[in-house]
Amino acid sequence: MMFFSFAVRNLRRHWIRSALSIIGIVIGVIAIASLGIMGNSINLLVANIITDVGDTVVITPHTAIGGTFAGDPRTAVDAAIPAREVEEIRRAANPHRTIPVLQGADEVEFGRGESGYTQIIGLASDDIPILLELAEGQYPRQNQPGALVGTYLAAEYDIAPGSKITIGNESIRVAGVLAERGFAADINPDYAIVVPDDWYESHFGANDAYPMVIVRVGDVEQIDAVKDAIENRINRREDIVDVFDSRDMLRQYEEIYQQITAFLVGIGGISLIVAAVNILNVMYISVTERIREIGVMRSLGALRREVLRMFLYEATILGLIGSIIGGIASAVSGYLISLAAVEVFTAGTTFGENFTVFDQSAVGFIAFGMAFGIATSIAAGFYPAWIASQLAPVDAMRQK
Amino acid sequence: MPVISFEHVSKVYPLPAGDVVALDAVDIAIEAGEFILVMGPSGSGKSTLLNIMGSLDVPTSGEVTIAGNRISGMDDDDLTLLRRDHIGFVFQQFNLIPLLSVVENVEYPLILKARQNGSRERAEEVLEAVGIAETHFSHKPGELSGGQQQRVAIARALANDPDFLLCDEPTGNLDSKTGTAIMDLLDRMNREEGKTVVMVTHDPRMTDYADRTIRLVDGRVA
Ligand SMILES: Nc1ncnc2c1ncn2[C@@H]1O[C@H](COP(=O)(O)OP(=O)(O)OP(=O)(O)O)[C@@H](O)[C@H]1O
Ligand SMILES: [Mg+2]
Repeated sequence: MMFFSFAVRNLRRHWIRSALSIIGIVIGVIAIASLGIMGNSINLLVANIITDVGDTVVITPHTAIGGTFAGDPRTAVDAAIPAREVEEIRRAANPHRTIPVLQGADEVEFGRGESGYTQIIGLASDDIPILLELAEGQYPRQNQPGALVGTYLAAEYDIAPGSKITIGNESIRVAGVLAERGFAADINPDYAIVVPDDWYESHFGANDAYPMVIVRVGDVEQIDAVKDAIENRINRREDIVDVFDSRDMLRQYEEIYQQITAFLVGIGGISLIVAAVNILNVMYISVTERIREIGVMRSLGALRREVLRMFLYEATILGLIGSIIGGIASAVSGYLISLAAVEVFTAGTTFGENFTVFDQSAVGFIAFGMAFGIATSIAAGFYPAWIASQLAPVDAMRQK
Repeated sequence: MPVISFEHVSKVYPLPAGDVVALDAVDIAIEAGEFILVMGPSGSGKSTLLNIMGSLDVPTSGEVTIAGNRISGMDDDDLTLLRRDHIGFVFQQFNLIPLLSVVENVEYPLILKARQNGSRERAEEVLEAVGIAETHFSHKPGELSGGQQQRVAIARALANDPDFLLCDEPTGNLDSKTGTAIMDLLDRMNREEGKTVVMVTHDPRMTDYADRTIRLVDGRVA
């Protein structure tokens, strides 16, 4: 159609002007899409490395700051829940399973002369299979004590079931290697050694207190009821323990990363609005320059809506070209930015090694950026196009 | 029945300094096939008259009938289609569209009418009729002489086979020899094609071509 080819020709006639406004749109689309992808990949990454144990309630000794999760560095105080309170928790949580956790650290020798200070977790033998999954080997049995080694520790020191390690000055057989667990709300054994509680107590000495108690609720629906029961029983007179569940932790992370994503996309949006103002300006100049031409077209029988359409084509073409280039560019730059983000956020760990940042919401952000680019271009072109279409032919023709 | 009729047509421009009466109760009837000159001093309302005849502008009061259509009550779309289908304009400044080639300029009104690809053959046929050589068809208007541009403008006005041509000082920007050639062309269109021609001019020699002359003074027919 001629109105379209007209628009193309006019854009070509002022190609520098057109190219500059296209660049504006390209930058805006890239900004929206790649910042969105970046926020999203941080989000995905975090969700990926947090083991979603949505059915776990974690009880820790009450700390002054309160309401935090076990991973908060501020909770690293030397407090513990006495065994008699653990029994109260067990009663309150009944019939759900209550798992007291012992945590300490000691010098560990891994063989071949390699050693290091390592976290040791003590659990009742029959609780271990409930909480932790094995990658290889077997769970330690009552009569045959053995240690379970976290996956990253095992990989680093080349430990397999059957190896012997020395904790402190006591030698213990490795019964199995644990599966990767990630940052869970309760315990993080990927870099730790798990031993049966009786071995732990004979090694470190028993003091009948636990730094953490885990309740496996099994049914997410009942989590709040269990939390309330524990709170009512233990914390009636004073706050002795803090009770939270893994959903709280995930919620906190999600909230933070959603805000980051929204913020990043917002920055992208601003740059697109700047680009839109540029298009508005370019279109406005185009209309003012061509007022007489518009008058001539109207005198020859061009309808108002045909004039409107001609100018809208121009804005649409600018938006379309800019958005397509921007879409392609942001697929590339979004990918690179995400890789960088993954690297920064997982520096020094093996998390996210085979993590892919290109899921459908990354594509969604690109599509959103492109759609937003086209829409703002058309919106920006509409006002000048409307002005052009409303000019009275006689007045337009009188222009120099 | 007249192809154009004005009954008590007035055009008033309200300005802060006071109303300007460009046309004052004008009565005109133009029959099909006439060649009419509109003459008068500058500011007497000639262009205003022509614009209203061409439905480019509407009167403040009075009744205008163009090719059987009473224009009072018509909306912008109706007026635009009336222009497209019945009227050909020729301006003093040629007013060709610089983005389009010569033949595309002539094709433009054909496209507006057909709402799709216009007829390239029709455009070429009209260009040949007004004496534009085929070698110029693909040129941009700016590459032609004034006389050639005015011929292209006349071809464009004729493209949709209008009932009449409205020409506002079509020779005003041309030397007298070229102006005479354009007059001969308009005369030929009037006699051979039967086009009604209404033409504004300051040049008294043009009266030779005309069937009659409408003289305007201060917005009135003298
Ligand atoms: N848009 C307008 N606003 C205000 N006054 C106008 C407008 N258009 C025309 N006029 C006035 O109307 C009167 C008639 O103008 P018009 O252009 O019809 O004169 P003309 O006879 O064509 O003159 P010329 O020979 O100089 O072209 C003039 O006084 C002019 O100033
Ligand atoms: Mg005039």
